[in-house]
Amino acid sequence: MAHLLHTPFIPSSSSSAALRRSSASSGTRRPPVSPGVVRAKIREIFMPALSSTMTEGKIVSWVKSEGDKLSKGESVVVVESDKADMDVETFYDGYLAAIMVDEGGVAAVGAPIALLAENEDEIEQAKSKAQSPSSASSSASSSPAPAAAPAVEAQSDKAPVKAAAAAAPAVASTHPASEGGKRVVASPYAKKLAKELKVELGRIVGTGPLGRIVAKDVEAFAASGAAAAAAPAAAAAPAAAKSGSGVELGSVVPFTTMQSAVSRNMVESLGVPTFRVGYTITTDALDALYKKIKSKGVTMTALLAKATALALVKHPVVNSSCRDGNSFTYNSSINIAIAVATEGGLITPVLQDADKVDVYTLSRKWKELVDKARAKQLQPHEYSTGTFTLSNLGMFGVDRFDAILPPGTGAIMAVGSSQPTVVATKDGRIGMKNQMQVNVTADHRVIYGADLAQFLQTLSQIIEDPKDLTF
Amino acid sequence: MQSTLSLSFSPSSSAAAVSRSHTTRFSLNTSTPLNLRFCGLRPQALAFNASGNHRSSKLPSRPRSQAISAALSANGSPPKSFDYDLLIIGAGVGGHGAALHAVEKGLKTAIVEGDVVGGTCVNRGCVPSKALLAVAGRMRELQNDHHLKSLGLQVSAAGYDRQGVADHAINLASKIRNNLTNSMKALGVDILTGFGKILGPQKVQIGSSDKIVTAKDIIIATGSVPFVPKGIEIDGKTVITSDHALKLEFVPDWIAIVGSGYIGLEFSDVYTALGSEVTFVEALDQLMPGFDPEIGKLAQRVLINPRNIDYHTGVFASKITPARDGKPVRIELIDAKTKEPKDTLEVDAALIATGRAPFTHGLGLENIDVVTQRGFVPVDERMRVIDSNGKLVPHLYCIGDANGKMMLAHAASAQGISVVEQVTGRDHVLNHLSVPAACFTHPEISMVGLTEPQAREKGEKEGFEVSVAKTSFKANTKALAENEGEGLAKLIYRPDNGEILGVHIFGLHAADLIHEASNAIALGTRIQDIKLAVHAHPTLSEVLDELFKSAKVKAHASIPVSEPVAV
Repeated sequence: MAHLLHTPFIPSSSSSAALRRSSASSGTRRPPVSPGVVRAKIREIFMPALSSTMTEGKIVSWVKSEGDKLSKGESVVVVESDKADMDVETFYDGYLAAIMVDEGGVAAVGAPIALLAENEDEIEQAKSKAQSPSSASSSASSSPAPAAAPAVEAQSDKAPVKAAAAAAPAVASTHPASEGGKRVVASPYAKKLAKELKVELGRIVGTGPLGRIVAKDVEAFAASGAAAAAAPAAAAAPAAAKSGSGVELGSVVPFTTMQSAVSRNMVESLGVPTFRVGYTITTDALDALYKKIKSKGVTMTALLAKATALALVKHPVVNSSCRDGNSFTYNSSINIAIAVATEGGLITPVLQDADKVDVYTLSRKWKELVDKARAKQLQPHEYSTGTFTLSNLGMFGVDRFDAILPPGTGAIMAVGSSQPTVVATKDGRIGMKNQMQVNVTADHRVIYGADLAQFLQTLSQIIEDPKDLTF
Repeated sequence: MQSTLSLSFSPSSSAAAVSRSHTTRFSLNTSTPLNLRFCGLRPQALAFNASGNHRSSKLPSRPRSQAISAALSANGSPPKSFDYDLLIIGAGVGGHGAALHAVEKGLKTAIVEGDVVGGTCVNRGCVPSKALLAVAGRMRELQNDHHLKSLGLQVSAAGYDRQGVADHAINLASKIRNNLTNSMKALGVDILTGFGKILGPQKVQIGSSDKIVTAKDIIIATGSVPFVPKGIEIDGKTVITSDHALKLEFVPDWIAIVGSGYIGLEFSDVYTALGSEVTFVEALDQLMPGFDPEIGKLAQRVLINPRNIDYHTGVFASKITPARDGKPVRIELIDAKTKEPKDTLEVDAALIATGRAPFTHGLGLENIDVVTQRGFVPVDERMRVIDSNGKLVPHLYCIGDANGKMMLAHAASAQGISVVEQVTGRDHVLNHLSVPAACFTHPEISMVGLTEPQAREKGEKEGFEVSVAKTSFKANTKALAENEGEGLAKLIYRPDNGEILGVHIFGLHAADLIHEASNAIALGTRIQDIKLAVHAHPTLSEVLDELFKSAKVKAHASIPVSEPVAV
């Protein structure tokens, strides 16, 4: 314990004047100066500076948990600095009232990471203080974010707990492994995930061996929970059942935020002079390749994105856009956006640098993006940075369609299904080949017919001889 | 060095000189003759010093062996001539080490093995587990996207073939087993097949046959088997010990590991790397008992918390039923203190890693009046077997797991070598505090000597101060180049004289790094001396270099400035 540092506990500013006075006379209890104001002695624990170069620290673990009694000199938290992990000990006796930065969280040096109450009565007060954002902004202007975030979590935390109590008996019988609902059988990873995602295990129906809750159950529940988060928790379950059955006919339903955004974009697209060029591509070789590497987690979407990206490398103009009506904007990277239908909307997650990233990574990345999209957790850079868009309706059996060009980009490609087709070859024979039709919509201010034609020719060559896709 | 040596010699070897100096002191009061006498003694001391300092205690041991042979002839039972000079029962790593050293010392040696050469370590322990851990380490690297990305690497999804991994472990074990067998055969060690049973002093029966072998000295090196607490039903498929787990016949989705010592920890590393989720069941209040608390805490933060592992501490697995009839493995947990039922686990498999029990049954110990203690053969500090009356059994030694002093393969080997030294006339006592230990997780854990609480207790008892120095792998260039800065090295020492009491390392290649410290302890090298030694840059060994340099020792380096060496 050579490196123990003392946390600089500094009285919080919201009650600072009163606090300092009372702390000076800690033994004698003075009556409150003005009635109605509670003179709680709540101190903030700040992120200590563990080295001269340290600007922020990561909370490795909380040695104590909320409500624990602390005595002077005890280790409270382990902080990772730029150099080492160190135990940080308290300089005061009291109770750890509220943890403001959770394990794994990062806080700037000097930012509050927890509240310390002098006695047990003040714990509740400290907790409410931790939840009110004003305390953070007033005391530590350097980093209000870490304080605000846990506050939100703390509030949302309470709802599921109550709901779980009500929901538990109903769900219980669905756990064969749980002795009639008395306990929850969940795998270690499922438990860990549930804690991270703040999901109550008791509300999840397990699909693992013998009804055990496994990681994917938690993920699925968290994703569905996120969608229904707006609704009150207690009503969430029955409401979800109804929404699945369909829309109520004869009603007018206002756009969601996402639907409004789609609507705005579609109208805006009318201001762009677009034209379309179609092409038929034989996919036998691509299908064979897909079959071969499917087991490695490669998806057709990733293969198409990769093929498109490689074709775009040779035709940078098709990856360009016209921002101001006066110039070409040649994009430095090839980011393939792919349209995904979600519940109540349409979003275009982006595979960035699709020309450079290998197809296995692309496949994984794509899965991650789709999961995030379904859970509505996509970050703006994950759906707004596309330079070329793909829209694929092939899986529904659509053989050809055309797409509307999203404003701000140069081209979008509509991909139909690949179907066995009777083909006459040049030497007069007839054979069977899998073919798919693609149809590119482009902004004619920057991309001309010949550009698209050449691009499509390259694309068809890549798809018909797909060895470069897996490099 | 000189002063201590001359001191230890004075009572025994120079009795004449002492008495003479007494007379001179009385007769002549000048300092010259005295000086001369001491000058005469010095070279003698230095000569001993050059030949190794275990000689210093050679003399006191002689009379003991005489007494032993006298007692033997009184019984009238010892054979006149022997088949072998040394017979070792058990061809594990301990027996092998002893055999090789015995041959080097010119002893006619035989080794008795009832199972396969190599024992636990080679066939069912350290060796195959290292093969699995090597796979685990690579899987971890390939799966750690974040780590790879920070190195600028792109790797497509990593996968493994279970049988391929299992074969690697099996092949490694058989390769090492062959190496061991061949090395003994090449040196002329007779390998006698069958379980050895002691019939009487210096007499051993091989297997159930009539074959009886006599030997001047006998070493028991029968090792150990996995310990299975009562209430646990092993079926070898879903409830298993390390013996079964090393075959890697299946990789369960969820496995409970009972015991969080070395074995449990290493298997948790293997299983989580191969995609299993792990639940530890530990009887003590914290995971990884036996490790230095600080190292244990850090190891938990790195090896347990971020992985798909949860744990129950302070509980016993009172009953474990294997999976059958479509039901999972059931583990009943009771509170370790109150014995109240606490919880029940339903998992796909359970690995029992609650330690190892000595394999000494059927050894014929009753024929020489030796009573085992919980199965362990009682021995003194020289590995000499003690009988039920507390007397030494002549010519019988016990090394390794069977005596339970330090259940490590290399400790057994060191004990074996120590015994061979003794039977060839050089007294030797192994310093167990200089025996390093390692746990091959990713990253590794290694240690030698005392833990901090042990050292503090000893310091308090014996009245010396204990200090601790620490260095982080985060400050090591090579570790950072590997992007593996997670780790800590800890030195526990005496600031007054610079003695190293213990070193504990958690970090990249910790198992390979510990030997600088263990050698220093074995040779009695002090911190003030070793801190002047040079380490290549940039290497992980600089972690220890920094560690020694950061220690604050009051004593000065004892090595005088040597002659300059031209380069």
